[in-house]
Amino acid sequence: MTQTPTAAATDRYVDQFNALREEREKEPLWLRDLRREAFDYFQRMGWPIDEKRDEAWKYTDVKPIARASFRLPDAPGAALTDEDIVRLLPFDEGMSRVVFIDGHYAPEVSRIRQPDHASVRRLKEAIQQDESFVHGHLARYSAPHHDASVALNTTFFRDGVFIYTDRPLSAPVHVVYVTSEHADPVVTYPRTLVVAGTNAEVTLIESYVSLGTRNHFTDPVTEIALGEGSHVTHYRLLLENTDSYSIGHVRPCLGPDSTYKSVVYEAGSGLMRLDLEVLIEGPGAFADLRGLYLTRGKQHLDNLVSIDHAKPHGKSRLYYKGILDDESRAVFGGTVYVQPGADKTDAYQEDKNLLLSDRAEADSKPSLEIYADDVKCGHGATAGAVADEAIFYLRSRGIDEQTASRLLIKGFASEILDEVGIEALRVFLEERTTQSLPRFQAGLAA
Amino acid sequence: MAQTNHNRPILDIRDLHVSVGDNEILRGMDLSVSLGEVHAIMGPNGSGKSTFTNVVAGRPGYTITKGEIIYEGESILGMFPDERARKGIFLALQYPVELPGIRNREFLRTALEALREARGETKLAIREFNKFLEEKAKAMDFEPDLMKRNVNEGFSGGEKKRNEILQMSVLDPKLALLDETDSGLDIDALKVVSRGVNEFRGPDKAIVLVTHYQRILNYIKPDFVHVLIEGRIVRSGGSDLAQELEAQGYEWLREPPEQAA
Ligand SMILES: Nc1ncnc2c1ncn2[C@@H]1O[C@H](COP(=O)(O)OP(=O)(O)OP(=O)(O)O)[C@@H](O)[C@H]1O
Ligand SMILES: [Mg+2]
Repeated sequence: MTQTPTAAATDRYVDQFNALREEREKEPLWLRDLRREAFDYFQRMGWPIDEKRDEAWKYTDVKPIARASFRLPDAPGAALTDEDIVRLLPFDEGMSRVVFIDGHYAPEVSRIRQPDHASVRRLKEAIQQDESFVHGHLARYSAPHHDASVALNTTFFRDGVFIYTDRPLSAPVHVVYVTSEHADPVVTYPRTLVVAGTNAEVTLIESYVSLGTRNHFTDPVTEIALGEGSHVTHYRLLLENTDSYSIGHVRPCLGPDSTYKSVVYEAGSGLMRLDLEVLIEGPGAFADLRGLYLTRGKQHLDNLVSIDHAKPHGKSRLYYKGILDDESRAVFGGTVYVQPGADKTDAYQEDKNLLLSDRAEADSKPSLEIYADDVKCGHGATAGAVADEAIFYLRSRGIDEQTASRLLIKGFASEILDEVGIEALRVFLEERTTQSLPRFQAGLAA
Repeated sequence: MAQTNHNRPILDIRDLHVSVGDNEILRGMDLSVSLGEVHAIMGPNGSGKSTFTNVVAGRPGYTITKGEIIYEGESILGMFPDERARKGIFLALQYPVELPGIRNREFLRTALEALREARGETKLAIREFNKFLEEKAKAMDFEPDLMKRNVNEGFSGGEKKRNEILQMSVLDPKLALLDETDSGLDIDALKVVSRGVNEFRGPDKAIVLVTHYQRILNYIKPDFVHVLIEGRIVRSGGSDLAQELEAQGYEWLREPPEQAA
């Protein structure tokens, strides 16, 4: 009997898992158990395709990922210099920087400004040196059985970043996950763990970039634990090439009176899904989630954001915006759960899209599930304001076409980008936004 | 009703036929507007009033199958909306568009700069512009807060209409097409809008005002009233025509149904 492509791809994962046995033997027992548990789950459940494709995957078909075989690179496929990084990501002066190339730590371009009372280091190192602490947190927030991509990440992650602090961290930490150009499709499993202690302050920037234009797969997981009164600001930049795949999970768990602010910026990837699952675990916590996605060509980006209000007096704000061109597609699913007892919750979510082409498609599905009392919740969504109307309005006032398109696109994006508190990063994202949309340069020709 | 002939028309519409898709909306419209004049266009829903003002402003989506639009002696059919605006045409939209992320002040400043440049005028310093805008806004009873907000976003219906007239007064065109700027206004807003239009009115301006109601014509007295039905002007007259329409509706002006052979 011939194998289905999916089964063949699963066998590839089994081979990879077996090939890593020796490496795993060096790891603590709990981690080996964790990986085994995760891999069992993946083998049992597989990807959410065909009959396993449920509501959460309604608009996004991961078959291209499920059927492909990706190689785990056993060495970095390229070397980078400091200038290379600055050219790619020109905003991290004065920050700590941790770079991984094809999943491997790149010390030559990393510079960790190790503060007192804090730990910023490679996850691999932290597992060795701070074993019991890491054990207490790793995979506690993103459970291996969340879904196939988290299971695979837990099974195969090699390294990543670990941040622990119980004070305000003076410099932001910039984590760069690079995939270099390979002849065959490769996969990386970046893993980031942030533990912000009581009243700690952390700014984390995650950048995902590819050096080439060929297909590859990135399967990242980021867990963030926020202690009482802590503040975490999290920027997540998806700048990978438009032939690549990315299925990611971000899991912030907010303790009492903590504040989590995130800005998700997605201008890359051909097929992307990001689950941002926020848990309001302590009373009085605040989550401020913003996103800007820019799609063109045949890109397909799917953001699933859920905010679980488990405790009272929590507040969440969600503003996502998309600018869609060509025949690209963007999906936004936002769910606010207000659990029984989470009284006085105040939640609002909004997703707006600007369509530059009538072949582009935006699917926006905000929803609210409320099981508590005295709750203030709302949502708004505009499936897609077509740009033509606005362009005509601007032009009818004497503004030329190019200036009109620029004003419109910049204005639309600014509602998210203005919230970026790091000046150099904001400037970079503004420029990147205009580059991502060729029409911004050319004007929206009729 | 003799039109003054010493004045060459600023806008001359000749046998204009306009379609959207296969649907012919304007079916041989003629209209001549000279400087110093105010023309009111009335007509039932769907008769083509907005289509007319939109095609003069150059809005895309319409096909001109026949006829001419002559502005200041030249055909503007091939011109983009911004070129027309720079030549002095202004359209107050029936449904003003929301511009997320573009602040009203920035919008007006960019537009005014574009027009001033076209007119060969120098750039206004920010301070001068702000002062100028402040005066204009005050005249329109415009809350200063609305200047900082995104264009029309979250504006009430009346605020959007006042914003259109504010734009007209800032940009100072020669020909203003006002498409139902009076619809949805309360009585105070109607007075403010009328005041704005009357201040704008003058010997070197022309106004085409589309309306359903006699009400605004009590404040802005038109020189001519035209009735547009099924894409043609079927009757023109003085301001008394509007009163007649108010009393009798449009039915009496409709063409009798064609005799079946
Ligand atoms: N873009 C379009 N697509 C399809 N039909 C259109 C379009 N624009 C106008 N029409 C049709 O043309 C006809 C005239 O529309 P128009 O908006 O010019 O009427 P109007 O006289 O301004 O009406 P109202 O008094 O309701 O504003 C209507 O039947 C309308 O449905
Ligand atoms: Mg109309």
